[in-house]
Amino acid sequence: MTSESSGGADSAAPRAVLAGHADFAAGMASAIAQISGRADAFVLMTNRGCSAEEIEARLRSALDEQRLRVVFTDLPAGSCTLAARRLQRERPDLVLVTGANLAALLDFVFAAEGTDDDAAAAAAHAAAHAAEKGRAALAVAARPSAGARGAA
Amino acid sequence: MPLELYRIDDRLIHGQVVVGWGRPLDIGFIVLVDDEVAASEWEQELYRMGVPPEMDVFFHGVDDAVAAHARYANDRRRGILLTGDIDTMARLVDGVRRSGTPPQILAVNLGGVHHRVGRAQRMRYVFLTPDEEAELRALAGRGVQITAQDVPSARPVPLDELLAGRATA
Repeated sequence: MTSESSGGADSAAPRAVLAGHADFAAGMASAIAQISGRADAFVLMTNRGCSAEEIEARLRSALDEQRLRVVFTDLPAGSCTLAARRLQRERPDLVLVTGANLAALLDFVFAAEGTDDDAAAAAAHAAAHAAEKGRAALAVAARPSAGARGAA
Repeated sequence: MPLELYRIDDRLIHGQVVVGWGRPLDIGFIVLVDDEVAASEWEQELYRMGVPPEMDVFFHGVDDAVAAHARYANDRRRGILLTGDIDTMARLVDGVRRSGTPPQILAVNLGGVHHRVGRAQRMRYVFLTPDEEAELRALAGRGVQITAQDVPSARPVPLDELLAGRATA
């Protein structure tokens, strides 16, 4: 099985699938757990050793089992991304965020969870917000100016 | 040879192809040969969305690809030709040979043929049915060099080694 919940003993219900190459999802979950203790927001999935058909089948069952409609993936050209795009054909309300980074995932983790009735809608809204945060976090850091370094 | 790589990969366009091979080989275009994808606008759009804007993707069924092969092989940009299965690549290689139009396809890369019922594991990312093995041996017998290699930094594993079960990669 290539998918697993990242939750601990007191884990909450997952709100999204986090899928990518090799240990991308597990690595991100490890970082999220260290920072926030909340990696339980994600069902983790790897494409390792899987055909395109297998990835799609596993993604479909991960979404169905947890009644999820948000997927985060690593690369726009990745096989998990393509599988999620295929699933969007049969489920138009599936939200896919590609190019996920740690900032985006952390933002999602801390977004309001919503009640049981609107959990999926809240997760979809949170995913859009998380994508903005992730995009904003990606930057070439400017070199501090000499004045700033000498200050204080 | 502007078509730098003839690759069999059941994921077709994905990260290993676009980034793993695409970047070091400075790939400007991908030729995706698949009868099913060539007949579906929706599938083509799906794969097109996966590549960066500076990379072109062309879709062909096998017969079209045979006719268009020389044009792609003489493109000034470097390209990758992809098929999703062994049979499609074998039909393409044979079609180009029969057409008599150079260049011939001399080398084929096994990039990903994953587990399916009836296939036996030969490597981490290569599983083959007896028929697929026979098809690969036949291609090799016609002078095509066949190696398994998922990414450029990996050692290319020759077909004989792969089928003898000695490959560890």
